[in-house]
Amino acid sequence: MTDKIGSKRLVVGAHFGLRDWMAQRLTAALMALFTLLVLAQIIFSRGEIGYDMWAGIFSPQWMKALTFTLFLALTYHVWVGMRDIWMDYIKPVGLRLALHLFTIVWLLSCLGWAVQVLWRF
Amino acid sequence: MTDNAKQRPEFRNINAFNDLPTYRLPPAGWVSILHRVSGALMFVLLPFIIWLFDKSVSSEISFAKFKAAYNGGIGWYPGWFISLVTLALIWAYLHHLIAGLRHLYMDATHSVSKEFGRSSAIFTLVSSIGLTVLLGAKLFGLY
Repeated sequence: MTDKIGSKRLVVGAHFGLRDWMAQRLTAALMALFTLLVLAQIIFSRGEIGYDMWAGIFSPQWMKALTFTLFLALTYHVWVGMRDIWMDYIKPVGLRLALHLFTIVWLLSCLGWAVQVLWRF
Repeated sequence: MTDNAKQRPEFRNINAFNDLPTYRLPPAGWVSILHRVSGALMFVLLPFIIWLFDKSVSSEISFAKFKAAYNGGIGWYPGWFISLVTLALIWAYLHHLIAGLRHLYMDATHSVSKEFGRSSAIFTLVSSIGLTVLLGAKLFGLY
């Protein structure tokens, strides 16, 4: 590993440090708590599980803001996870870079769509 | 290095067809590789997940379309196929969540004994598959 640092730096490697490792766990904890929140609202609501009940969970502004933050957390979490997968199995640097780029495009496109959905109804 | 360690088989060029089927993973190994598989599956199906979210919250009409996708299907895809993909997503989410909580618990408590690794891995596999069966039965209208 050490001989890759210097004039021949590893261009598509991990960030060797605490940040991504910690971000992966903090975003995971946030998503687990969010799951509990949505689940609790379904369990403790009265009446039939239909459109009114389901959309009602996401309609308050605070819930939209929180769900937006959750989308951001999800995007970062998936980015770190997918990058780990590419780094482990894809060795040619060019192909790996292309897959990293594809992952970013895929995730940001999904994020844009999800945000639009959130504030449209 | 002892003689025993020297004699262990060394795989330098793993053949996916010959070596992987005969390689026996411990339960923690299964949890680990399935954590990856479930994560990758959800990454690939992310647009489908957002489509479901879109249809389910946007309006009463789109909600009806969302429900119809599971009964009559949507486009070229029959309802049972949509249900099957959803079942795979339910499993992927449950496995990823429980295996992730196992990670967080181990990180927070430093409970990294061999025995805990094994028992918590078995718990992860059993509970995620059990809950998937339970929710899958509901999804396919068995109760």
